[in-house]
Amino acid sequence: MNFVALKMLVADRAKYFSLIFAIAFASFLLANQISIFIGIMARPASQIRDVVDADVWVMDPQTLYSDEVYALRDYDLYRIRSVPGVEWAVPLYKGTGRAKGPDGRFRTVILMGVDDASLVGAPRKMLVGSIYDLNQPDAAIIDKAGFQYFFPDQPLHVGETLQMNEKRVLIVGISDASAPFQSFPVLHTRYSQALGFVGRERNLLSFVLAKPLAGVSIQELCQRIETATGLRARSAAEFSWDAFRFYMQNTGIPVNFGITVMIALIVGTVVPGQTFYIFTMESLKEFGALKAIGVTNRRIVSMILLQAMVVGSTGYALGMGMAAAFFATFLNYLPTRGIILPWQVMASIAVVVLFVVGLASLMSIRRVLVLEPAVVFRS
Amino acid sequence: MATDEIAVLSRDVTKIFGRGETQVHALRGIDLKIRLGELTMLVGPSGSGKTTLLCVITGLLDATSGELVVLGRRPAELSQEELILFRRKNLGFVFQQYNLIPALTAAENVAVPLLAGGVKRQQAVARGKEFLATLGMSHRAHALPSELSGGEQQRVALARALVHEPKLIVCDEPTSALDAATGQTVMELLSVTAVRPDRAVIIVTHDARIFDFADQIAHMDDGRIVSLEEDRKNGTRTNVLAPASAVLSLAARRNVFPHERRVGT
Repeated sequence: MNFVALKMLVADRAKYFSLIFAIAFASFLLANQISIFIGIMARPASQIRDVVDADVWVMDPQTLYSDEVYALRDYDLYRIRSVPGVEWAVPLYKGTGRAKGPDGRFRTVILMGVDDASLVGAPRKMLVGSIYDLNQPDAAIIDKAGFQYFFPDQPLHVGETLQMNEKRVLIVGISDASAPFQSFPVLHTRYSQALGFVGRERNLLSFVLAKPLAGVSIQELCQRIETATGLRARSAAEFSWDAFRFYMQNTGIPVNFGITVMIALIVGTVVPGQTFYIFTMESLKEFGALKAIGVTNRRIVSMILLQAMVVGSTGYALGMGMAAAFFATFLNYLPTRGIILPWQVMASIAVVVLFVVGLASLMSIRRVLVLEPAVVFRS
Repeated sequence: MATDEIAVLSRDVTKIFGRGETQVHALRGIDLKIRLGELTMLVGPSGSGKTTLLCVITGLLDATSGELVVLGRRPAELSQEELILFRRKNLGFVFQQYNLIPALTAAENVAVPLLAGGVKRQQAVARGKEFLATLGMSHRAHALPSELSGGEQQRVALARALVHEPKLIVCDEPTSALDAATGQTVMELLSVTAVRPDRAVIIVTHDARIFDFADQIAHMDDGRIVSLEEDRKNGTRTNVLAPASAVLSLAARRNVFPHERRVGT
């Protein structure tokens, strides 16, 4: 009877396609909005994620997230190095400054000052040049988006200069740094160099990056540092979540995206659910005839579930295809770079679609099960 | 053609819908015997209980009381699942509005009872085509119901009712949606293909033009069989089962005895 169910489903093309497109559109909208939301909310942690060498971030006890930092004292670095279980600890500066291009255009930039000796914290994804070129005088690595802002329509290359705090900044490399929350260019330079680029402040030690000795867990090391120094120590993952939580609690972003996602959920549930229910209602006489002829309720339920699964999976596949095409198109577009369609989102939407078609088919099944086959004798 | 073997035996069968003040007595003590090989018609005005009786006989509705035996089984004693299987194996249906599945071709529609019984698609559709051929419809096997005339659709419905070789065929107003000539053709086909010594046919109808095809006619009114014409093809024997006033009033209202009137003139 499966082919009967499928033929009944596709017979009314207009209704069939409206069902498919309703689910496809809802899936696309959900995938699109949730992925963009996740992508944007992951951005405040971009600079944390890009530091792949260190497991532990140490900071002022009142630091809430990575974009607002109260600097440590220089000697805090030595206190941290003295904590048992620390394999190494290096300084990291993270702040903002203003950079000016050769044509006069300027922009606030995120400046990362990495340890002079080890270059821990330097970008690992280099498009042009090498991190070791940071050893040159006035050297800095700029991210691709920053380069394209200061040097529009030029191919990626090194040797250009910017100006920061009346000092020359020599571009020695171009990185593929993760996009920051505010779409500022990201500059990496040596720690000692950063001091010159931003001007003299009393303290510039934003963070200390540390790595535990073999056999010491990250959590254990964080606890030891906090106990020994009174500073705040977080694993990279925890610190990323801190940034996520801060923006969730202190901005309107989640409300904004939440509303869109809710609308997509409601539209995506109601429209296909109602259309599928109406589709079943319009086929009641046929189901009644099948019941009278001797088709069992179990078989009719399986027919309806098959129809629901076909509609759901086709709509879902189409929606995910549209979402994948969208993200593939905009992946390399500067404002939306790095925003991807995570497999977890795809899996969650599959569950949502399953729920939607399940709910719609449950309503339809209930109606068909209580249907008296004697209805076929009413003209 | 009729045998002594009983297809349907109904004794004092009643059917009540609703409860309390709103209850409706749709059947009030139906006594009826239908033999294999017979074509029985249930006739009477709207609301007389014809269709309800058909539903009770086919197990689509439960009788409220009384004894009913259909092809040797008592529907009241069968579970829902057994009843469905019983219907699938032994009953064929022809509906007033055909109730063909619009998405399926004529041959596929005919194949539905076989598919429901677990026959493989190709085999079932092939058998459906064969049956359509016996009804002169082989050239329309691939047509959708919407592409068929009313008469053609009813022939497809007839083929669907016959394809699984049931013992009892029930037809609900099979000619009411057809013009006179087409209705006559459908009835001729039905009487030729459906009526067999090992099968009984029950037709609910208002259509007096087809009464001549019946072996037995049960006239119903107000949930009762008010008269029964038996052995019509061997010379009509009318048994009046209800007060004469009820029969006369029914006859006056519906002109239900044209055949007898013709004999009398």
